[in-house]
Amino acid sequence: MPKDGGIGASSKRREDVRFLTGEGNYTDDINLNGQAYVFFLRSDIAHGTLNSVDTSAAEAMPGVVKIFTGADFEAVGSIPCGWQVTDKHGEAMQEPRHPVLAHGKVRHVGEPIAAVVAESLGEARDAAEAIEVDISELPAVVDMKEAVKDGAPKVHDDLTSNLCYDWGFVEENKGAVDQAFKDAAHVTTLELVNNRLVANPMEPRVAVGDYARGTGDHTLYTTSQNPHVIRLLMGAFVLGIPEHKLRVVAPDVGGGFGTKIFHYQEEAFCTFAAKACNRPVKWTSSRSEAFMSDAHGRDHVTKIQMALDADNNFTALRTDTYANMGAYLSTFAPSVPTWLHGTLMAGNYKTPLIYVNVKAVFTNTVPVDAYRGAGRPEATYQLERLVDKCAHELGVDPIALRRQNFITEFPYATPVAVEYDTGDYVATMDKLEEISDMAGFNARRAASEAKGKLRGFGVNCYIEACGIAPSNLVGQLGARAGLYESATVRVNATGGLVVMTGSHSHGQGHETAFPQVIAEMIGIPEEMVEIVHGDTANTPMGMGTYGSRSLAVGGSAMVRATEKIIAKAKKIASHLLEASEGDIELKDGAFSVAGTDKSVAWGDVTLAAYVPHNYPLEDIEPGLEETAFYDPANFTYPSGAYACEVELDPETGQVTIERFAAADDFGNIVNPMIVTGQVHGGLAQGIGQALMENCTYDSDGQLLSASYMDYAIPRASDLPFYTVDHSCQTPCTHNPLGVKGCGEAGAIGSPPAVVNAVLDAMRSGGKDVGHIDMPVTPARVWAAMNG
Amino acid sequence: MYNFDVEKPTSIADAVAALGREEAQPMSGGQTLIPTLKARLAMPSVLVSLRGIDEMQGICTDDQGRLCIGGGTLHAVVAKEAAAQYPALAGLAARIGDPAVRNRGTIGGSVANNDPSACYPSAVLASGATVVTNAREIAADDFFEGMFATALEEGEIVTEVKFPIPEKAHYEKFIQPASRFPLVAVFVAKFGDGVRVAVTGASEDGVFRWTDAEAALSSNFDAGAIEGLTVDGSGMISDLHGSGDYRAHLVGVMTKRAVAALS
Repeated sequence: MPKDGGIGASSKRREDVRFLTGEGNYTDDINLNGQAYVFFLRSDIAHGTLNSVDTSAAEAMPGVVKIFTGADFEAVGSIPCGWQVTDKHGEAMQEPRHPVLAHGKVRHVGEPIAAVVAESLGEARDAAEAIEVDISELPAVVDMKEAVKDGAPKVHDDLTSNLCYDWGFVEENKGAVDQAFKDAAHVTTLELVNNRLVANPMEPRVAVGDYARGTGDHTLYTTSQNPHVIRLLMGAFVLGIPEHKLRVVAPDVGGGFGTKIFHYQEEAFCTFAAKACNRPVKWTSSRSEAFMSDAHGRDHVTKIQMALDADNNFTALRTDTYANMGAYLSTFAPSVPTWLHGTLMAGNYKTPLIYVNVKAVFTNTVPVDAYRGAGRPEATYQLERLVDKCAHELGVDPIALRRQNFITEFPYATPVAVEYDTGDYVATMDKLEEISDMAGFNARRAASEAKGKLRGFGVNCYIEACGIAPSNLVGQLGARAGLYESATVRVNATGGLVVMTGSHSHGQGHETAFPQVIAEMIGIPEEMVEIVHGDTANTPMGMGTYGSRSLAVGGSAMVRATEKIIAKAKKIASHLLEASEGDIELKDGAFSVAGTDKSVAWGDVTLAAYVPHNYPLEDIEPGLEETAFYDPANFTYPSGAYACEVELDPETGQVTIERFAAADDFGNIVNPMIVTGQVHGGLAQGIGQALMENCTYDSDGQLLSASYMDYAIPRASDLPFYTVDHSCQTPCTHNPLGVKGCGEAGAIGSPPAVVNAVLDAMRSGGKDVGHIDMPVTPARVWAAMNG
Repeated sequence: MYNFDVEKPTSIADAVAALGREEAQPMSGGQTLIPTLKARLAMPSVLVSLRGIDEMQGICTDDQGRLCIGGGTLHAVVAKEAAAQYPALAGLAARIGDPAVRNRGTIGGSVANNDPSACYPSAVLASGATVVTNAREIAADDFFEGMFATALEEGEIVTEVKFPIPEKAHYEKFIQPASRFPLVAVFVAKFGDGVRVAVTGASEDGVFRWTDAEAALSSNFDAGAIEGLTVDGSGMISDLHGSGDYRAHLVGVMTKRAVAALS
């Protein structure tokens, strides 16, 4: 019987009450007294020399408060990059300056050139049109392979080339890998594109800067997944404001998907301008601006090869990827194609030798950074497409080939630097075969064929490294910050608790799931626990939410703090019960003395902590509030197996997803309903990438898919009813909850299954094309089938 | 958007007068115009709303049996009220955009705008309808003059569209996945004296009649009759969502499916 509370209960999301009734408090809902509005004049040229920006006519326009250009930010720091990658020669990556407003050159369509602060947005926009910008257009580089050729136009004149870094991993293995390919009985080669995506959170980005002249205090309200990170990056590296004079608030945030991790120019601008104008300054992104200013995702071009022995065992893997950085390095951009991608190339397989090369390239496009999955979808896609191609070349069953090469012993140290603590890939594959009703596929295919359609079945496995991350490890890998998480648990006098967490909820349901954990630990109703997040003024320094880390890392910090609370409460209880501390047991919200009927309720103990009339003041302090910082010992490794069943209309090339099954191992699960919802959302985005989404530039660097008229994201009618199962559970061995993280799995694990299914359908129609790139649009399928 | 005046006349005569003002722009639902204004891609000094004119509202049948739809009639109204007499047309209207679009957009606005991917022009052309304006009546074959181009003069208003009702008709639409406008859509109308086939979404010249298919279907109204017929891909729209050749191919597929749906 399902639990009705605590760990394992599908408690309803308490935050939905305000979200679904229009009572949320989003950044754009914040309107401060005397607020002015900013409009950014953005470049419509991808690459050019910025000769002059004449604001004189604009400054005379009605309502204008102040106009800023790049020259105003010369003394201000560069928008920083949070991760340094060392290339295969031991050299640091090339790292260009990233100005708040363009200065000297423009480097992508959408780059802000000037900012008008005015009494109203309309007036700001009118004035922006009166700014005279003189740009000498330069040839743009968009294609990565062209960008790294000798003589290609340089995005940054002060760098030696457009190559940010050339990374080899593990460089020492390269010779052995190459030898294994020479010795192979069979080699499968696959070239593919991992399509560029736009994150499209429902809420566009917003920033409101405020400055209190009387105290010198700055406040930034922003749509962020990690307000403390923004405070550190912007305060220390851009504007030179110490943390104690800078508060960053990320209130309700309407989806992030990674693109709200990063520190953006608009945040620094609004903070800077609020002081310069001495009034609050607000920017709300339009959807059109979002397309050309939110960091994009993916955009890899890859060649991958597998070597197999005569018994179809994987003996070596090598892969070469060009990864688009865009025009500047966004906060985490260098880490995505390297440490979040190369380390995952073992996948679920015991391939003994692996070599990964990644060339990160600057182009005249919007910066590219983490998007739901971040590097791991790119790894999974190429590997799982390759394994399918191996199977077809060898004439063996794709599932059997996977099973034959599965890792089965844990812990397992991969040849790409990580150690999987637990997993059971056979179990999730068994579960998948059951829930996807593989046995019924042939009948369903026959039914499709009877109406002139083709039907295909595709599977893939995935492994991800999340619960990001062990600080000492990521420090060695180039991270310029730690990746612990924090929690302060404050118990009120009458027994209720407030958890102030460094994690940030922007759709994940922390306000529901986190209290379930504490309710379980203490034995009290979830309603007695409240979660506070998103404000640097009232939460301990924490690193925020991304990389499926909140429960595994933030939740663990909360557990540690709660353990301290319980330990202290037991001391108080032992005093009140006049018993030895070692005999005190906490169960169902009451402390009792083992072996007796003496007990004292949770609320009596908490009251004693704050009204310490009868209290061991000589031994312990009054009050009941504890903080813990938790730094994980390892990543967590969720894994699973996905199956997609498509129907393909050979006349039009239209692919429809008929069935999709996901068997995931997320370790222990706190709220099964929320986990299911996370998987559903991830699948929608993974299927979107596979079938519909495509961010495209022309050769001049103009963004072609710049609105929903041309950028297709899936709607409900494009998606099937999913079959989702997370009953296979191998708990994480190193965090106190045994949890692994579920936020990105759906997006990581679904694209290869979709493409494998489409290719299977095409084969059943007599057309074996080997590979088709995402998005698998009707036009592409038709062209492939008729090519 | 930029500042502009709004006029909401209640008669066609007043609307025509209002459109005589400098830089005046008619608005008949605004489903294209409002986004254009928001993007600051147009700067009219006065918007003349055609939605308050009672004589441009609603659906009736004239003495020639034609279905007469006022230019200011909402898609949602056509979807509902034309269903009994002209189900193919009502079905087309019912699948334009989403409910919000269907309850603001009008047939007159769609026909006057002549977006190359709009739905209505294919029905008007395939039905051999007559476009009525404040000044004259224009046969569909003379009305559509290319992408976003029509026979309308400056300040001329589409007040009504008169549709002869075919024996049977079907609209087959293949959507562009982002906008959900037609990537290619075909309206096939079978009359006693022949078949008319109009294609939208495909051509760089906007909606057009596929005369080869019309001839073949007029002599043999069967999907097999157009087997082997092709349209030239060179004049077709080629973009992110499909090449000209793909669109040309889809013209054949959609036409066959429309005919098959009627057989």
